[in-house]
Amino acid sequence: MKTRLARHWISGAMIGLTYLAAVLATLPLLLILAHLLKKGASSLSLSFFTSMPKPVGEAGGGMANAIVGTLILIGIACAIGLPIGIGAGIYLSEKRSTPLAQSVRFLSDVLNGLPSIVMGIFAWKFLVRGYVGHFSALAGGAALGAMMIPLVTRTTEEMLKVVPVSLREAALALGYPRWRTSISIVVRTALAGIATGALVAVARIAGETAPLLFTAFGNQFWSTSLREPIAALPLQIFTYAISAYEEWHAQAWAGALVLISIVLVISLAARFATRSRFGAPVD
Amino acid sequence: MTAVPAQAASTDRRRLKVHETAIGDRIYEIVTTFCALVVPALVIAIAITIFAGAWPAFSKLGLSIVTSSDWDVNAGKFGAAPAIFGTLVSSAVALIIATPLAIGVAIFLSEFSPTWLRQPIGFLVDLLAAVPSVVYGLWGIFVLVPMLREHVMPFLRDTLHLGATPFFSGPAYGPSMLAAGVILAIMALPYISSVSREVLLAVPRSQREAALALGATRWEMIRDAVVPYAKSGIIGGIMLGLGRALGETMAVTMVIGNRPEISASLFAPGYTMASLIANQFSEATSDLHLSALTAVGAILFVITLIVNAVARWLVWQVSRDRAV
Repeated sequence: MKTRLARHWISGAMIGLTYLAAVLATLPLLLILAHLLKKGASSLSLSFFTSMPKPVGEAGGGMANAIVGTLILIGIACAIGLPIGIGAGIYLSEKRSTPLAQSVRFLSDVLNGLPSIVMGIFAWKFLVRGYVGHFSALAGGAALGAMMIPLVTRTTEEMLKVVPVSLREAALALGYPRWRTSISIVVRTALAGIATGALVAVARIAGETAPLLFTAFGNQFWSTSLREPIAALPLQIFTYAISAYEEWHAQAWAGALVLISIVLVISLAARFATRSRFGAPVD
Repeated sequence: MTAVPAQAASTDRRRLKVHETAIGDRIYEIVTTFCALVVPALVIAIAITIFAGAWPAFSKLGLSIVTSSDWDVNAGKFGAAPAIFGTLVSSAVALIIATPLAIGVAIFLSEFSPTWLRQPIGFLVDLLAAVPSVVYGLWGIFVLVPMLREHVMPFLRDTLHLGATPFFSGPAYGPSMLAAGVILAIMALPYISSVSREVLLAVPRSQREAALALGATRWEMIRDAVVPYAKSGIIGGIMLGLGRALGETMAVTMVIGNRPEISASLFAPGYTMASLIANQFSEATSDLHLSALTAVGAILFVITLIVNAVARWLVWQVSRDRAV
């Protein structure tokens, strides 16, 4: 039988350990951000955004092509992922318990857990080998878009679910057809939330590398053609990081700093958008 | 007399409107149903594509793709055992490191944290999930791996005398199974902790009050009344983290050393299924090579599918109980 004192000591010690866990768990993020700032900021200048990569051995140069390439890929991904994801989300919230709705919910989770490299193989078979015939921006963007669909579907459904039923009933009672009710009342009310979900999905795919390895492939030159291989920031960081050259390592750090800034700004924006939504009603 | 045509006209208009409404609703329904159908269609297309692509390798190589450790592209030998081993071991190491930390944070946030700290710490931990994999890899190559090589590995092997066991023996190169495990632990942590936090917060207050009223200390309350209640949800969170770790590609490829050998030592370089595909797929020329890599992808697909399905089911059970 443990004494009362011993039990209190154990309790105190274990609670102390949870404090320690909290410190240890926040440490990696702070360390990563600190290293990115320390090593990346020195190579970061205006020319990093405006100039092209330089060959090995020459200092300087930038990732203009990769930054533009990433934006193009995100654009393609959004063009595919947003309409389908939002449409599927609306379906799920309108028809909550049909067999299709339930299987879509389950399969969205399956897609969410699909390793991104497997999505890469799929896009390669379908688009690189099947449709275009070679590596292309289109294939890369489509792979990212397919990854966005389940994310956007589930967040859209969540956001539509919290719209009060009374709003819908009021609109229907006033003689609005169902589709107008859905678009002008329900979706309109949840728009901020749906936009937040879209932002989170963009933040997640912006940094994806694995599905681009054998779809977008990367490109050392300037290209904005959708049917040609295209450079992407994450791919460029990967290539530079595993190379053997100091100059390239410096460029990789700078690229990573840019990439994480994009991702963190989007994540923070999404975070604050949801907070104000739940705090005070905004239009 | 004049009322009759007017009434007819209004009925007509109403009929027209009802008609329009029905068409609008119909179109709206068709469009949203089509969008919803894309999800199952995509899953089916992926499954068919991957398994059809993997079929030549499975039929030609048979079980040897899983059991053999001989991966020689030129000789046409494709044994992925080291990659499967590496995926399982690196994920296991990740869970061993991440689980206690993640549950510790979750308990801290749900039970002990001062209110003003709850949001910022929860947010910082959640942000770990937003950091791109390639950034983890970059940090892994230039910060984590040197640190493991210079400090952690010698400490484990010599100072703690763990070098006597096969798991921590051998030279410390740096890129290793251990490095992959640590990176994966950091990446899986936010998934485990956010699910655990949710299910711990869902434990009814009465559960805690009853334990305290019976004279339990605060820790005993957590251990005996709160955690058991949330157990299956926490396990679900761990499985979600595992699913994440199994499929992770870039960060692991950058720090694991990419050597297709099975070694008991965590200090030795290894390989994973995802990094095998990442390294070789775009350069594969022979059909059998491509098919073998697709087969590795198919195995990975099935493993993560099972892990994720079990995870969702466990979490769903807890949230269903809460709803009742």
